[in-house]
Amino acid sequence: MAFDIKGILSPFKALNQMGKHPHTVKFPYEEKVTAPRYRGLHFNDLEECIGCGTCSTICQNKAIDMINIEGIDPSSGDTGLRPRVDNGRCCWCALCVEVCPTGSLSLTTDYIYVTEDADSFLWTPGVDNPEGKEKKSFVSDSEHSLLEYARVPMRELEGSERVKSFAEVVLGYSEEEARKEAERCIGCGICTDNCPVHMHIPEYINAIAHGNDEDAIRIIYDNNPLGETCGKVCTRRCEEICAISKRGEPVAIRWLKRYATERAANEEMVKEIVNPTILPPNGHSVGIIGAGPSGLTAAYYLAMRGFNVEIYESKAHAGGMIMYGIPKYRLPLDSIDKQIEYMESIGVKIHYNTMVGKDVTLEELHQKHEAVFVGIGFEKPYSIGLTNEEAEGSIQAVNFLRAINSDKHVEIGDKVVVIGGGNVAIDAARVSRRLGADVTILYRRRVQDMPADWEEIEGAEDEGVHIKPQAIPLELITNENGRVVAIKYANAEMVPDPKGGRPRPKIIEGDEHIIETTAVIGAIGQEADYSFISEKIKSQIEIKRGRIVVNESQQTGVEWLFAGGDIANNRADAISAIADGFRATKGIEKFILNKEN
Amino acid sequence: MREKETTIYLGPQHPGITGNMMVKLKVTGDTIVSAETHVGYLHRAFEKLMEARTWLQCFPIVCRICVPEPDPNEENLSRVIEEIEGREVPERAKYIRVLVLELSRLATYLLWMGGQSGSMGLYTMPQWTVGDRDYILDLFEQLTGGRVYHMYIWPGGVRRDLPEGFGDKVLKVMDYLEKRLKDYDDLLFNNALFYKRAKGVGVIDKAKAQEWGVVGAPLRGCGIKHDVRIDEPYEVYDKLNFIVPTYEGGDVWARAMVRRQEFEQSISIVRQVIENMPGGDFYNKIPNPLNWRVPPGDAYVKTESARGEFGYYAVSDGSLKPRRVHARGPAYVHGVSLLERILQGANIADVSFIMNSLGTCPPEIER
Ligand SMILES: Cc1cc2nc3c(=O)[nH]c(=O)nc-3n(C[C@H](O)[C@H](O)[C@H](O)COP(=O)(O)OP(=O)(O)OC[C@H]3O[C@@H](n4cnc5c(N)ncnc54)[C@H](O)[C@@H]3O)c2cc1C
Ligand code: SF4
Ligand code: SF4
Repeated sequence: MAFDIKGILSPFKALNQMGKHPHTVKFPYEEKVTAPRYRGLHFNDLEECIGCGTCSTICQNKAIDMINIEGIDPSSGDTGLRPRVDNGRCCWCALCVEVCPTGSLSLTTDYIYVTEDADSFLWTPGVDNPEGKEKKSFVSDSEHSLLEYARVPMRELEGSERVKSFAEVVLGYSEEEARKEAERCIGCGICTDNCPVHMHIPEYINAIAHGNDEDAIRIIYDNNPLGETCGKVCTRRCEEICAISKRGEPVAIRWLKRYATERAANEEMVKEIVNPTILPPNGHSVGIIGAGPSGLTAAYYLAMRGFNVEIYESKAHAGGMIMYGIPKYRLPLDSIDKQIEYMESIGVKIHYNTMVGKDVTLEELHQKHEAVFVGIGFEKPYSIGLTNEEAEGSIQAVNFLRAINSDKHVEIGDKVVVIGGGNVAIDAARVSRRLGADVTILYRRRVQDMPADWEEIEGAEDEGVHIKPQAIPLELITNENGRVVAIKYANAEMVPDPKGGRPRPKIIEGDEHIIETTAVIGAIGQEADYSFISEKIKSQIEIKRGRIVVNESQQTGVEWLFAGGDIANNRADAISAIADGFRATKGIEKFILNKEN
Repeated sequence: MREKETTIYLGPQHPGITGNMMVKLKVTGDTIVSAETHVGYLHRAFEKLMEARTWLQCFPIVCRICVPEPDPNEENLSRVIEEIEGREVPERAKYIRVLVLELSRLATYLLWMGGQSGSMGLYTMPQWTVGDRDYILDLFEQLTGGRVYHMYIWPGGVRRDLPEGFGDKVLKVMDYLEKRLKDYDDLLFNNALFYKRAKGVGVIDKAKAQEWGVVGAPLRGCGIKHDVRIDEPYEVYDKLNFIVPTYEGGDVWARAMVRRQEFEQSISIVRQVIENMPGGDFYNKIPNPLNWRVPPGDAYVKTESARGEFGYYAVSDGSLKPRRVHARGPAYVHGVSLLERILQGANIADVSFIMNSLGTCPPEIER
């Protein structure tokens, strides 16, 4: 190439391009068709969105704020808020889309947005463009999402190994596993709404994720002194609504709590780490009946506030149903001891083997203490209502479990039938397996109707428990010595409930069967024993369907009498009892200190 | 008669300035006596901003360091993190990254052709090349969802797999561009007037070039073979066949010829990549970005951008956010210190002509 004639003429070849159709779209005469994964204006499926705010958290341009929208109310698992995008700040990076746990948020093929009004740059996806649903282009399916939808699996003993002893089934996360599982959390905090005591879940999970286990322990103990119990046996309502569960397995909140609390190996370590601020004695005194989760929780926080707290417990050991109901392969004794000893170490006094109504009266307690909290739980089993129910070989599950948990021998033989479908039934069945029996559960409805935790049901099946659904027990058959030797039941079909409720079992006439058995264990529910409450007091408090009615600070109709736990809430689990105890603390403190002024 | 020295301010708003910066010229007549560059109109503090953002949140920022050529920034930030983390990248992702980087080079060279021609008054060329660049932007749109800012290469691989039938579409565009290259030759590279304007203009002293930190086409236009893709191959460049063209002279002409040959090389690389594209994963997932901590450490990586060697240095203190990210692009050297030197003795009319030939990018100088 050089400065020559060829070089002077060659540019003229450009003339042959004249009249060619340009590639560029002639807007507005032509419309540009955007690519299938185009990143245009946002769309949000308002029904799918749960208002978790993760989109807003990740946006590095702070383009998203979460707003209330008419017609969308907060509900369990949904904050009721929805994202609003400032189109003046957005750069359409779609990071918000990539981290949206529900997949409700996407970008669309729309890209034209013109307005004279700067305020209208605020754009509520889904509200401002309902038609966007048909134009979704950049989406995050679970494969592309940046979130991790699979849980770090929990290691457990093999089913065949488990039935050989009462060793703890769940082995717990290692440090590495816990960090990895905790990292999955998006910190939206939706879970805390469903937790009866509103534990600071995202905060302690975040602490675990970042290797600060001791912080996690402190955060847990802030409103739950039985965190380790909950880490092992909680019914985990939190996990039910975990945002990640919309497309995957919820974060293992319970196992993470277990991991953290177990890091403090004994009560001294708990005390050292939690290092609670205990106010000096304030001269006031509170009596607590029952050392179950509700009573213990109330006692713990009241003791920290400087109250003299005395628990009256009829049994030799504290813990209530978590001690005498829940089997030790789920919640070992040394774990319970560690938690109780820690509470005692900060000033909670427990009078063991002291039954209110027998060893001391409620009136005496009232004289001694300014307020009394009742947390006696449901200990009296319902009768199963079958002939020969009183016969030898017919046992009640809570009595059976209490005996086993107290290291007593119970003769159940080698062929056990359990009646019921709740957690107590499953516990009785799994304990029976550990005592060497062949076990069958008879349940009236379908397996999917069982109120028991699905993990418990699976655990039972792994251990060889037979579950016979749609089986209605008819009578217990005894031998000449009056001992139960068999149970008669009928198969049932499910019929729709005329009132629109869940389908009901109806006996199939003539479809009756007999199972030989060495013991029948009834597990269809319990109630409270209020015999220690005088008629005078009973007339001033309200008892509805077996439960004492309380206000939002757990106060009964008698101002110095507070109640909580199974006798006051119908969720009947440990965490609800803990929540009641926690609320009662505030109620009792307010009641006593107000009286003083 | 001695002519009087006058001062001329070129920019910061000037069509011949490739972005917003200003060159203060002392001239006598038409000849530049001295040039002083003034930047500061585009500083967005990206490096500082990154210290306040989580690692992933930095991605939508870095692509904005260089508007015409964002991808090397994504590539560098990804690689520097992967280097600190020791994160593996699937083979398919490496091929896709090279595809993106070469498409990006082609698009950048098309813009450069337009700029180089426009700055000497040849306005047909930018009409063509900006239009032809749209074919590449269409490909980017299909691949990444964005035409200009792709936010596509990220730690662990790339964000999405190739769409159905993408390879064929790419090859079609390559065939088209190859054909078009003949038209560009006719209009620009074989144009006697261009030769006349470019030869001996904006000369970089070969002996000094490396000492001054000149890289990319300006260095290769001094006859020095230097290309990160060959010297320290990254991704899968060591598995691809291509040559690194060099020209002697150190002038605008030589730089243009280097880019002209590289354009052809890039087309060939893209074809090889499509042909050899392996199957498998395109992404080795990072942990939940909200909790993603990069282990403590530091690293320096570099990429051969269309404007030359482009490096990133990053330091992690093990937290959720970078402690420091530094982008070391070619534009500072080329557009500030080198430009000031080689403008001495040039004509006023050559200022933007020379700036274009150096690939000066004010947004990248300032970050
Ligand atoms: C077999 C079984 C398994 C369960 N599994 C789980 C589970 O996995 N997860 C879960 O969250 N929940 C579980 N629960 C439920 C949970 O244990 C209870 O909801 C919880 O313990 C209720 O706490 P509480 O404070 O109301 O009383 P309780 O735990 O029932 O404790 C009441 C305490 O009061 C004492 N007491 C009673 N009367 C008197 C009196 N007159 N004087 C002095 N002391 C008295 C009792 O001895 C007892 O210690 C289970 C329950 C059972 C029975
Ligand atoms: S991340 Fe998704 S589900 Fe959560 S608020 Fe945003 S759009 Fe709704
Ligand atoms: S696309 Fe990016 S910038 Fe826009 S709202 Fe989503 S995260 Fe923010």
